[in-house]
Amino acid sequence: MESTILKTEDLSAYFGDNRVVNQVSLSIPEHMVTTIMGPSGCGKTTLIRCFNRIHELISDARAEGKVYLRGEDIYAMDPILIRRRIGMVFQRPNPFPTMTIYDNVIAGYKLNGIKLSRSESDTIVENSLKGAALWDEVKDHLLRKGTFLSGGQQQRLCIARALAMNPDILLLDEPTSALDPKATARIEQLIEELKKTVTLVLVTHNIAQAGRVSDFTAFLYLGELVEFGPTERLHTAPKDRRTEEFLTGKFG
Amino acid sequence: MSRERIRGRVIKDRGFTGVVVLLSLLSIVPLVLILIYIVSNGISSVSWEFLVELPKPVGEKGGGIASAIIGSFLLVLIASLPAIPLGVSVGIYLSERRGARISSLVTLAVEVLHGTPSIVIGIVTYLWLVIRMGRFSALSGGIALGIMMLPVIVRATEETLKLIPDSLKEASLALGVPYHRTILKVIVPAGLSGIMTGILISVARIAGETAPLLFTAFGNPFMNWNIIKPVNAIPLLIYNYATSPYPEWHVIAWGASCVLVGLVLLLNVGARIIARRWKVQF
Repeated sequence: MESTILKTEDLSAYFGDNRVVNQVSLSIPEHMVTTIMGPSGCGKTTLIRCFNRIHELISDARAEGKVYLRGEDIYAMDPILIRRRIGMVFQRPNPFPTMTIYDNVIAGYKLNGIKLSRSESDTIVENSLKGAALWDEVKDHLLRKGTFLSGGQQQRLCIARALAMNPDILLLDEPTSALDPKATARIEQLIEELKKTVTLVLVTHNIAQAGRVSDFTAFLYLGELVEFGPTERLHTAPKDRRTEEFLTGKFG
Repeated sequence: MSRERIRGRVIKDRGFTGVVVLLSLLSIVPLVLILIYIVSNGISSVSWEFLVELPKPVGEKGGGIASAIIGSFLLVLIASLPAIPLGVSVGIYLSERRGARISSLVTLAVEVLHGTPSIVIGIVTYLWLVIRMGRFSALSGGIALGIMMLPVIVRATEETLKLIPDSLKEASLALGVPYHRTILKVIVPAGLSGIMTGILISVARIAGETAPLLFTAFGNPFMNWNIIKPVNAIPLLIYNYATSPYPEWHVIAWGASCVLVGLVLLLNVGARIIARRWKVQF
């Protein structure tokens, strides 16, 4: 078995009194793509938002249980440092509208006040954009505003921005739900490439997508982890009836 | 549907559109008339000398309003220095802590302050500052005007920042950027055009205020750069000169009105241009 990079123990997440994630225990293997799949509103997004402690920023929201990043309890760490090690890409592309493409990629350093020499930042920008398969499209107009790009390009820009911080894990929260099929295919291709260097956690309600890109799949239903296993096994021989019903389109 | 009924609808539709357009045009008539009146009476006395010369004693021809222009400039500066940072901060707070009890209290306070008659603000500043300092001064006038600017800036900042999507804030926080840096380097820059617009509008609002200055800046026939001495202002000059018995002063008051209206117009147009040019696309 592969080594585990992120592990949760009895993780529950609440909005006020409403429990949306219910005692999830999960081990995410390193350098793999793990998909968290389930119908809308089952707590997928909330679950991964606990991994980088973004969940707790919403007023009224809180989490219980443990999350370990390489054995370290993230709820005992400084959230700011965790977020630099666990990057995130959101449902809708959200490049910084006041910044150029170049500044968007380097934003994690700039906004944090980390000083870089010109050549260092040039290297980071180029490598990150190459990593996000966007370099060839934007290399000639890096000083344009990031918001002039198409939706799919903006999403890859956001991936580049997260990659620039050189994270251990990249959380992808339905990164293709706002994109057309072509741009989606591009991102899925990219996910394949990225797992060589970074562990990916992908949230989707798209069963086919989960099947195409992931090594492991977790099926979440009503906040509970129903089943977790290698994608192929889970898709072909689900152990739980609810997983089977979801996969065969009985609900969701 | 029958032809007749459609025709009826078309006629009603046109009639309604006509009425709306007519009423809209009517609403700008007063402004146009005021502008024409002021410009036709005042433009003849406005010249370069008028802007850079000091007022002359009664009976002498000519003279300008330089002291009032400098005074107004000083007052706006004194008002802006505390009002802009304070107003923007309060606006940020209100947009960040929506629905909190303190927020609704602050919002109420800002609204009441916005509705407080300017003469009351003048009197309060008189009691607080002028009496304690023992003299009228540009400082007290500027503070009275600053109090009037405050609610405008707070509202503009709050309304602008509320429109910025939360996803932007999350993008920054998810990169490990601390909260205060996220606000200062991501949220405020994204809302800068709205904040600047609010500041210009608030300056336009106070530039023409007379009432709060009567008990504070007081007016001064001479040039004064000292902020703890009385200072003149364009609206004060208009008030004093227009109510004087001397026809030469009336001419100067018209000219000053022309300058003041032009200034306010310029500030408003500037605010619109900034709002359009600096608009951030999300």
